[in-house]
Amino acid sequence: MNISVIVEYTGVFLILIGGIMAVISAIGLLRLPDVYTRSHAATKSSTLAVLLSLTGTFLYFWATENFISVRLVLGIIFVFLTAPVSGHLITRAAYRSHVKLSESSTEDALKDVLFNTETDK
Amino acid sequence: MINIILTIALSLFLLAIILALYRIIRGPSMPDRVVALDMIGVNLISGVAVFSVVLSTHAFLEVILIVGILAFISTIALSRFVERKDIVEHKRNS
Repeated sequence: MNISVIVEYTGVFLILIGGIMAVISAIGLLRLPDVYTRSHAATKSSTLAVLLSLTGTFLYFWATENFISVRLVLGIIFVFLTAPVSGHLITRAAYRSHVKLSESSTEDALKDVLFNTETDK
Repeated sequence: MINIILTIALSLFLLAIILALYRIIRGPSMPDRVVALDMIGVNLISGVAVFSVVLSTHAFLEVILIVGILAFISTIALSRFVERKDIVEHKRNS
């Protein structure tokens, strides 16, 4: 069993772990109570899933065909940079458009700062 | 062995997309649907990568970049629509 077969199986195993993480993230998207916790489940663990599967694809092509794909590295960097930004933007838009928190949340520290000082509301 | 594991991973990504589709249909508010749509885009990127491994070709690797850029731009535009009720600001003649 030489080194390229080991790297190939490592890539395939990373792809499998990425699939399992995607299903866990989707279950979190279904079960959590409001949009802010759902955004936590959808953004962070789904980014981990896509990074694992893209790294597995990169390792597989490197092991089997000696092909280092620059486009795949670019995709990894792009997803890693933009997924937290989009999660932050949609959560900020949800809070500023008065989407309710869940019933079990205990503290809303931003409400007095953001909404009571506006005069034209 | 490798084909079996890759098929299992592809069906797991498909299951994640179907669960997010349920959240799109039954979401109580508009940002829930946007979050689920962003997650469908991310899972689609992973699915294209695994599909490119299954077919052992390099031809689909540009699709990853294109789908990633389109998902990011659409999420930004939809969050701006949720926050301000319009996307392109136009000058009012008053």
